[in-house]
Amino acid sequence: MAVVGVLALQGSFNEHIAALRRLGVKGVEIRKPEQLRTVTSLIIPGGESTTMAKLAEYHNLFPALREFVKLGKPVWGTCAGLIFLANKAIGQKTGGQDLVGGLDCTVHRNFFGSQIQSFEAELSVPQLASQEGGPETFRGVFIRAPAILEAGPEVQVLADYPVSSDRLLSFDSPTGDKTENAEEESKVIVAVRQGNILGTAFHPELTADTRWHSYFVKMSTEAGEEATLSSLVPAQVSTSQYQLTRSDLPIFQ
Amino acid sequence: MEGEGSRVVALYDGNGAITETKKSPFSVKVGLAQMLRGGVIMDVVNADQARIAEEAGACAVMALERVPADIRAQGGVARMSDPQLIKEIKRAVTIPVMAKARIGHFVEAQILEAIGIDYVDESEVLTLADDANHINKHNFRIPFVCGCRNLGEALRRIREGAAMIRTKGEAGTGNIIEAVRHVRSVMSDIRVLRNMDDDEVFTFAKSIAAPYDLVMQTKQLGRLPVVHFAAGGVATPADAALMMQLGCDGVFVGSGVFKSGDPAKRARAIVQAVTHYSDPEILAEVSCGLGEAMVGINLSDTNVERFANRSE
Repeated sequence: MAVVGVLALQGSFNEHIAALRRLGVKGVEIRKPEQLRTVTSLIIPGGESTTMAKLAEYHNLFPALREFVKLGKPVWGTCAGLIFLANKAIGQKTGGQDLVGGLDCTVHRNFFGSQIQSFEAELSVPQLASQEGGPETFRGVFIRAPAILEAGPEVQVLADYPVSSDRLLSFDSPTGDKTENAEEESKVIVAVRQGNILGTAFHPELTADTRWHSYFVKMSTEAGEEATLSSLVPAQVSTSQYQLTRSDLPIFQ
Repeated sequence: MEGEGSRVVALYDGNGAITETKKSPFSVKVGLAQMLRGGVIMDVVNADQARIAEEAGACAVMALERVPADIRAQGGVARMSDPQLIKEIKRAVTIPVMAKARIGHFVEAQILEAIGIDYVDESEVLTLADDANHINKHNFRIPFVCGCRNLGEALRRIREGAAMIRTKGEAGTGNIIEAVRHVRSVMSDIRVLRNMDDDEVFTFAKSIAAPYDLVMQTKQLGRLPVVHFAAGGVATPADAALMMQLGCDGVFVGSGVFKSGDPAKRARAIVQAVTHYSDPEILAEVSCGLGEAMVGINLSDTNVERFANRSE
């Protein structure tokens, strides 16, 4: 059975593991650098990116994460995870935050604003639908979501979302880069792939639709076939005796 | 209703157990709480404290004029904070900002919604505005978190539209006993419910004064249907990890951080304790040399007002 690591510092890691379980894939929680060596692919979940960055910093996870991405092992970031993987992020807290990098794009943190601007939208996902089947659209849940403002030439755009240009103008930017935003097109990118790096600004782990997870697991399997070592991966990461087995939250449709 | 080979139950199909407001689906409200899981939410009274909390790794801050310990010490009527202060705190940080409204005071909640707060805490720590009714939280686009002492109270709040639940604990005391009592009560009721015959659930729902459909859903899930945080009396990293091991999804820290000797260090330690709650070695490491903890209040003293008993 395939094993996928899920960075379990903070955020929706339980939801990712539940989604993987629905696909018959085992997700293991990764909290320490040495645990990264036991998996061949990694999901960086949604959550508060500053919190996750701080926790990663306390336990010296950044070098191991950068190494992981550099080796070309499949990595998927959702929301905060996408910010982690971006080479450049704007709209950060005072003093900025560390990033893992690897994905050639500029991400705007909290692009859509605070919780009151959080929303759900049906996104057109032709690429995903052609590979995974199912409807042409995917229900994207955007929670204080980031957006990709610029993407490099090697980045493949998998989904975008229309934004009215006055929304971009009126957007209350904490960094005061309103003019920069105003020049952008009235569409923002919300899902990308660059090689073995997948990034989504929304949260597929909060929906019952597991196509993105399945897409990522296939990416991992393909990468695993190339890397001959994958069969040697130990399937078990030791979990503490104090760990509870937790029930999953319902999926609110 | 349970999906095969999966413990995930999808119950909400438009006319599900929780009525949705058109403007903001319940999934989006719960979604933010899900993003806060495994995190620490800290009470702050100004922008500087908010920055210290963010720097320490808090996943959200609660903007207040007075922390619960001061509300206790100073007495008087405790109300919603000045919106100006909340706005300043909101500008200072990029993490979500919550604020408290009095129980039943829906206009305070409307004001908080208007200034674009991320979450409202309908809190028993503030003086009650309505001793019979809570806010009808379905009427709002912003999500609410509410306190509970037991399963019945939690499900009543969820029925009213709360998208997140926390234990009431006893805020501002630095004493974890009430929070432990409340989370144990919820968890043990759920365990009883899990093993109950379906025929008995009607009477059980009546006995805990909770809506039948939500009781049934809790039985199927084996947990509260929304995110469940610990709150009230968390003062040390060990307290925080205790609440996590008891089954909470995250922790609120009120007076515990900024009423201690070294807030930045303690905040950081509690954040780490919540992530590594099941790793005693890391807990030992982060608990070392934190300076003075808040003094705290012994709850066997009958003169101490119980905030938790203010509402049902």
